[in-house]
Amino acid sequence: MKVTRRQFVKGGMAAFTVTFAAPEFVSDLARAQGAHTRNLVILYLGGGNDSLSMIAPYNDPFYASRRPSLAVPAGQVLQIGTDSSKVALGLHPRLTGLKQIFDQGRLALVQRTGYPNQSRSHFQGVDIWSTADPVNSSGLGWVGRYLDSLPSPVDPLVGWNTTGSLPHVLMASHTSVPAISNPAGYSFSSPNGGAEAAAERSTALKIASHLPVDRPELAFVYGSAQAALGTLDRVATVAAYAPSLAYPASGLGQALRAVAGAMNKGIGTRVFYVTTGGFDTHSAQNVNATNGAYYNLMATLNDALLAFFNDLKNQGLLDDTLLVSFSEFGRRITENGSQGTDHGSASAMMVMGGKVNGGLYGTAPSLSTDPSNPTLENNAGDVKFETDFRSVYAQVIDGWLGTDSVKLLGANFKKSGLAFI
Amino acid sequence: MAKTADRQVEHLLRRAGFGARPDELSLFREMSINQAVDLLVNYDSLVDDVDQLIGKPGYAGTTVNGVFSPQSNIAHARQRWLFRMVHTNRPLQEKMTLFWHNHFATGYNKIAGALGAAEGARYMAAKSAEDPGMVRGQIEMLRENALGNFRDLLTAVAKDTAMIVWLDGRTNFKAQPQENFGREIMELFSVGVGNYTEADVYAAARVFTGWNLARPGVNGDPTQHYEFVYNANQHDTNAKTFSFAIYPDGGKTIPARGAASGMQDGIDFINGLAAHPNTARYLAAKLYRFFVSEFGAINVTFVNRIAGVYLQSGYDMRAVMREVLLSPEFWDESAYFARYSWPVEFVVRALKDVGWTGYSVNDALTPLSNMGQILYEPPDVAGWDAGQTWFATGAMLARMNFASSLAGNQKFNLANAVKAAGTGKTPEAMLAYFGDQIVTAPQDASVTTELNNYLHANGAWTGSDAQLQAKASGLVHLMVGSPEYQLV
Repeated sequence: MKVTRRQFVKGGMAAFTVTFAAPEFVSDLARAQGAHTRNLVILYLGGGNDSLSMIAPYNDPFYASRRPSLAVPAGQVLQIGTDSSKVALGLHPRLTGLKQIFDQGRLALVQRTGYPNQSRSHFQGVDIWSTADPVNSSGLGWVGRYLDSLPSPVDPLVGWNTTGSLPHVLMASHTSVPAISNPAGYSFSSPNGGAEAAAERSTALKIASHLPVDRPELAFVYGSAQAALGTLDRVATVAAYAPSLAYPASGLGQALRAVAGAMNKGIGTRVFYVTTGGFDTHSAQNVNATNGAYYNLMATLNDALLAFFNDLKNQGLLDDTLLVSFSEFGRRITENGSQGTDHGSASAMMVMGGKVNGGLYGTAPSLSTDPSNPTLENNAGDVKFETDFRSVYAQVIDGWLGTDSVKLLGANFKKSGLAFI
Repeated sequence: MAKTADRQVEHLLRRAGFGARPDELSLFREMSINQAVDLLVNYDSLVDDVDQLIGKPGYAGTTVNGVFSPQSNIAHARQRWLFRMVHTNRPLQEKMTLFWHNHFATGYNKIAGALGAAEGARYMAAKSAEDPGMVRGQIEMLRENALGNFRDLLTAVAKDTAMIVWLDGRTNFKAQPQENFGREIMELFSVGVGNYTEADVYAAARVFTGWNLARPGVNGDPTQHYEFVYNANQHDTNAKTFSFAIYPDGGKTIPARGAASGMQDGIDFINGLAAHPNTARYLAAKLYRFFVSEFGAINVTFVNRIAGVYLQSGYDMRAVMREVLLSPEFWDESAYFARYSWPVEFVVRALKDVGWTGYSVNDALTPLSNMGQILYEPPDVAGWDAGQTWFATGAMLARMNFASSLAGNQKFNLANAVKAAGTGKTPEAMLAYFGDQIVTAPQDASVTTELNNYLHANGAWTGSDAQLQAKASGLVHLMVGSPEYQLV
C-alpha cells in the first residue's frame, strides 16, 4: 500500500495540508499494536428538547398537574432510580435501548444543564451552545476552536459533518470540516470520460491548491474545494462499510452508520457531528401515544443510538468513542393550550461511550409552582440550570480530548461531581 | 455606445437579480445607472407574462408527469420559481421574493404534514388566478408585496394560511396562549433578538389569540379552502403591556377591549413593530448583507441612512430599495463579488451564463438540495444561514458537480457557440471567449495558467468538433465550479 503525503500550501490564512491517501494503513497498524484513538461525536437535538418528557420526574405531583396531557404516567416510565436529591426518575417508555445502555453503565444523564439568563431563542440559543459563550455568541464554535488548536498539519478529514451545511459548533478559523451526508454520493463528476475527465479533476485540484493571497473570504471557498477534492478517495472507502447490524433508515441512523464506518475504516476522522430535529414541539407534542410526535422523536433517537452503540461494541470501537448531546433549551414546564410546550430554559445532556461512568448527574427540578422554588425560574415557569453546560464541555475537553478546557473555554468551568469520564 | 459599463450592469444584475442573460445585458447597458435602477424598481410597468413562457421553445424546460400543476405539486412549484428566476423581465421582484421567503421563512413540509401534500403546495405556491378557491399561496403573497409597504406585508404574513399553520396560530387559545408566532414576529420578522423581553413574548402571544383559520363550505368542493378568521371567542380581551412603544404617543399598553373588536390588538401591535426604530435597523442590516456586502462589518452609515428612508417613507420598500441600489456603498469597488452566492443564485446565474436550451430546471432540484437550499423548504423559521455556511465541502462538491452536469448538457451548444464566434482555432482563443461569457471574481494568474494547461492537455489542438465539445464543456465545468464563480 502506498502512503503518500503531500503538502499543498505553506503560509496564508488557511494553511492546512491535504493528506491524500491511505492513513487507514497507519491506523490499522496502530490499532493492531493496541493503540486507541479518541473519537468525539456531537449530537444536536434540534428545536429545544423537552427533557421533562425524556427523563420524567414521574412522582412529582406538579408534573401531572402542570402537564395534564403530556406527563408520562408513573406506570409507564422506564425506571432508572433516584438522583442525589432522592427524586425518582424514569426514561420515556420508548427509550428501551437507552435504558439498556444506562443499565450497562455507559450512559450518563446530566440534568438541568444550561446557563444564566438562558436565551429562549432557537438561533441565539444554538449560537451560545455552539460557541460556549453566552456573551458573544458570534465567534467560532468550541469544537472548531479545538480543531484549530491541533498541531499543524491538520488532516482535512479530522472532522466529519454529516449534515449539508456547516454547523456553528464546527466553525473554525483555519480548519475546514467536510460535510458528507452520504459517502456514496461524495464524488467528482465530469461532463467527459477517460483522460479528459482525469485532466479536469487534476486541474480542479491544482487550481484549489493555489490559495489566493490577501482575500480571506475567497480563500475560505478555496479551502472548502481543496478539502473536498483531497478527501474523495478516503471517503469512498467508507461507502463500502458493512456494519455488524442493520441501522434504522432514519437520517440519524444513517448518519451514525457513516460515523461508525469512518471509524471502522480508520480514515483519520476524530470529530463527528450528527443531528436529528423536530424537537420544537409547540403543539400536539403527543408524548405518550404510539407514533405521537414526541414518541416518534424518542423512537428515532433510541433506535439510532442503540444501533450505533451495539455496532461500535461489535467492532471493538466503543472504548474509542464518546457521544455528547445538546439542545438549545428545554421547554416550559406547564403545557400550552395546544397540548405542546413553548420555549423554556434548562434541559438535560446525554453522554454515551465505552469509557463513560454512567448514571444520573445533577438533580431534577422540583416542579412546584411556588415562585420562590429555587430549582425553577421565570416565576416557576421554567427549569433553572444547575450545571453550567460549559462544565460538561470542560469535562469532555479535559477528560476525553486531553486538552486544556480553561484555555479552550476562556475560563475555568470544571465542576466536581461531574466525573462522567 | 453603451451608457453603463458591462461590469457595472453585471454587478447590478447579480445583486438585484440572478445574473444577466445576453438580452438583459444589451438592454441595461444602453441605460444610465439611474434608468437601470428605475426599471428594476418600477417593475409594475412591465407585463408579468413569464409564466406563459413555460413549455415554449427557446426557454429552459420543465419535467412533469401529467399536467404541470405548480398550485398543488411542490416539485412543480419549485420548477416554476426557478424558471421565473431565469426568464423574468422583473428580476428584482423575484429577488425580493426570495429575500422575503428567507425573512418570513416557512417550510412546506410542516404545512403538508398538517394539511396534505397538495394543500401544502397550494398554501405555499398557488396563484389566485389558477386556484378554484382563489387561494393565494404565501410566496405569491410575498411576490405581490415584494416592494410594497412593510407594515402591510407584516399584516399579510400574520394572516397567511401557511404561516398560521407553520407557527401554530391555530392553537393560540386565550386560556393557554401559544407563544410561537408572538416570539418570532419580534425576534425574526421585525425588531430582532435582544430587543424584547420574555414578558413581551407572553403579551404578544395574547395579542394574537383568536387569529385563526376557518374552512367553510362543503367537503369535496374544490373551491373550499382555509382562510384567515378572527375568532372573537378565543381572544384574550385584557390589556397587554410591552417594554417598547406600541403607539406614536409612546404608549406601551394595548388597552383592554371587547372581544368583538379585539382583532385591533394585532393591528396595533403590528403598527408598533413596523414603526419601531429597531425594525428599521434590523431590515437595513439584512438588506446590506443581502444586496451590498457580506464581507467585513455591517456599514453603520448605510444602516442609519436606509433605516431613515424606511421610517420617513412610511415603510415603503420600493423607496428603500431604490436607495439601496443607488447607494455609494453598493457601487463601491469593494462591494463587487463581496457576497457568497446562495445555491439558487448560483444555479440560475450559471444557466444564464452557460445556456438553458435543452436543460430542464427539474434537473437542478436535487443538486440544489445537495448544495443546501430547497425552495419552499428553509431549514427553520430563521431561514438559511447563508454566507460561509453554504460552503461546507459536500455543498462545494455539489456546486462543482452541478457545473459538470450543466456543462455536459450544453456540450453541443457550447461547441457551436465557440465555432460561431470563431474562437475554436486555439486554446487561448477559447479561453478568452469563455472568460467573457462567464464572469467571475478576479482570478489569480495561476488559475488562468491551469485552465490553459487543461486545454492543452491530452494531445494537440485540432479544433475538431469532438475536441471542441470536450474542451468547451470541460472548461465551463471548471470555471463555473471554481471558487471565484461562487462569489457574486
